[in-house]
Amino acid sequence: MIRSAVVALVIVLGLDLAARAQDTLDIKIGYLRRAQRQETISLVQMPPPDNGLAGAQMAAKDNDTTGRFLNQRYLLVDLHLKAGDDPATAVAELARQGISLIVADLPADDLLKAAEAGKAHRILFFNAAATDDRLRQKDCRANVVHTAPSRAMLADGLAQYLVWKKWVRWFLVVGSHERDKLFAAALTRAANRFGAKILQQREFKDTGGARRTDSGVVQIQQQMPVFTQEAPSYDVLVVADESEVFANNLPYRTWDPRPVAGSAGLVPTSWDASNSLWGGIQMQDRFIAQFKRLMTALDMQAWTAVRMIGEAASRQNSADPKTILDFLKGPELALGAFKGQKLTLRDWDLQLRQPILLTDGRTIVSVSPQQGFLHQFSELDTLGYDRPETQCKLQ
Amino acid sequence: MLCTNKHHASALTLGILVGLIGPAKAFTAYVSNEKSNTVSVVDTDRMETVKTIKVGQRPRGIELTKDDRYCLVAVGDDDTIQVIDTKSGEVIANLPSGPDPELFILSPNGKVLYVANENDNTVTIIDMEKRVRLGEVQVGVEPEGMGISPDGKILVNTSETTNMAHFIDTDARKIIANVLVDSRPRFAAFKNDGSELWVSSEVGGTVSIIDPVTHQVTKKINFAIPGLRSESIQPVGINITKDGKTGFVALGPANRIAVIDAATHEVKKYLLVGQRVWHMSFTPDEKYLLTTNGLSNDVSVVDVASLKVIKSIQVGELPWGVTISKQ
Repeated sequence: MIRSAVVALVIVLGLDLAARAQDTLDIKIGYLRRAQRQETISLVQMPPPDNGLAGAQMAAKDNDTTGRFLNQRYLLVDLHLKAGDDPATAVAELARQGISLIVADLPADDLLKAAEAGKAHRILFFNAAATDDRLRQKDCRANVVHTAPSRAMLADGLAQYLVWKKWVRWFLVVGSHERDKLFAAALTRAANRFGAKILQQREFKDTGGARRTDSGVVQIQQQMPVFTQEAPSYDVLVVADESEVFANNLPYRTWDPRPVAGSAGLVPTSWDASNSLWGGIQMQDRFIAQFKRLMTALDMQAWTAVRMIGEAASRQNSADPKTILDFLKGPELALGAFKGQKLTLRDWDLQLRQPILLTDGRTIVSVSPQQGFLHQFSELDTLGYDRPETQCKLQ
Repeated sequence: MLCTNKHHASALTLGILVGLIGPAKAFTAYVSNEKSNTVSVVDTDRMETVKTIKVGQRPRGIELTKDDRYCLVAVGDDDTIQVIDTKSGEVIANLPSGPDPELFILSPNGKVLYVANENDNTVTIIDMEKRVRLGEVQVGVEPEGMGISPDGKILVNTSETTNMAHFIDTDARKIIANVLVDSRPRFAAFKNDGSELWVSSEVGGTVSIIDPVTHQVTKKINFAIPGLRSESIQPVGINITKDGKTGFVALGPANRIAVIDAATHEVKKYLLVGQRVWHMSFTPDEKYLLTTNGLSNDVSVVDVASLKVIKSIQVGELPWGVTISKQ
């Protein structure tokens, strides 16, 4: 299976080869992803086939434009795992091609297998997709940098805003899948940290069936009010449904007239196509011009990973993974990523510090950290697991 | 009464001083308001907005022609630079600026305009007399800041995502050097004698001093303000006095401008102005420095001699850039 995937490797970049001198430094980056297509309730939120990859491609092109002036060339190799493919074999194949920097769009277990396999080849990974807190806690790895925000960071970003809004009485509704429960755990932790109260928690069971049906709206209009009735008097319904089974059916259909936040309604994210803050409009314009579609959070997380590599490689003039990681961990990193401030890396778990956008899918409603949530080092460290709480031992 | 007497006395003293140094001249400042789609016309003597001119969408970069006859304003969302007749206050022409113009700069003789096009990594060159496009130079990702050497021979463009200052030979229209600076370089300014180039890095939080001959960064200015997080100190606009002795750096969301001894490059003072200060301009006599404060919708007036903020002038929404005419 891997063989066939490898034949389909795409050398995405490597422009104006002839124009550059013989001693050009090649920086080869692997993009490793697992074939999976998340069905969504909303037709307009279906992830595009090149979700994430497009962001990495744009950053590789950005890096390459800079590389023209530094005699560096950036190459991006896309490896798409099929069902049943072993990530360890894929990593070995990328290593055989001289790749020691890999951006991963993989679920947590696959990522850990890849990281283990990458050790022998001194490969540095950038986790652009998995939000699992355990990857930043007890399952953290010394060769995995995280550009995806963790669930705790997303939940904290949302909770700070709801608390600022004084919507502190929460009705928590949770899906029945594992990842829904993990997000609910992060939301519960956030409520405890910032002073919100979960008055009641309900589970919405996934009984199977299609996300969208021709006249399903008629039934949903009946089901959702019934499901949410008889809740204690609450301010906001907070929903954890990463599996996209029901959350987007909640807004405007709750029994009580209340706002929805979490997996639907007001959603915490690293990026949204509506973001025009801090030069973001330039980013959106460039992305749309190149890919003829809107930029997603995964695109942004992959863009950030490849730009981090470019930032380190341009300043250190090196493609060596250790040199790159040392730079990224150090005080010199000040990544510009259209977030209104420099982004840096937490040296205790290799998580990228970043603000969390709160969007209703049309506009940016707010950006966390919220004013008044203070921190002795960086207010961004009010989001997620801070140094004193970490269980991570990098090795 | 005592108050009046005092006032009288100081008025007398002032009268003598005025006799020596001449009265504060009335100049006209033009402020681009990014959100209102207008240009505010400010009388610097009365220190108030006297007129508002409607322009295209998202006005940002703004500069007067050397003879002060026209005010040029980049309206990025309309993909052009509009020419305002300063006598009539009317938009009379559009320049072929290329897409999404933001900042631009005129050659010292006023004949050529150089425009940074953020979205397609180019600098566009325009003949001002014929108002036609002469050519373009490919630069790094998201070009923004534009500076030109006093002799007009070297144009410097900064690219925000590439993090470089590109030195461009204006005769050959070719890049001759690239200097890496800190993250998101926004603005470039030469000293009047051409001895130094200053480049601000918004995200990096520094100003790099570059030797224009060797193309080396010789010094980096850092900023620290008690009680403010380092992330909120974001240098953007730079203005240096003609005598090369004092530099001013606008620090964005730090709501302050830094005053810098331009010989030693030490920060002498921070002046509190309005919110999110981005760009600045001296009055032609360098008596005052005007700053645009985006989030408070006003312009602060700094007295350059005493280094005091003496006035806030209400302008349009999200004021971005400012330029001041001798008239």
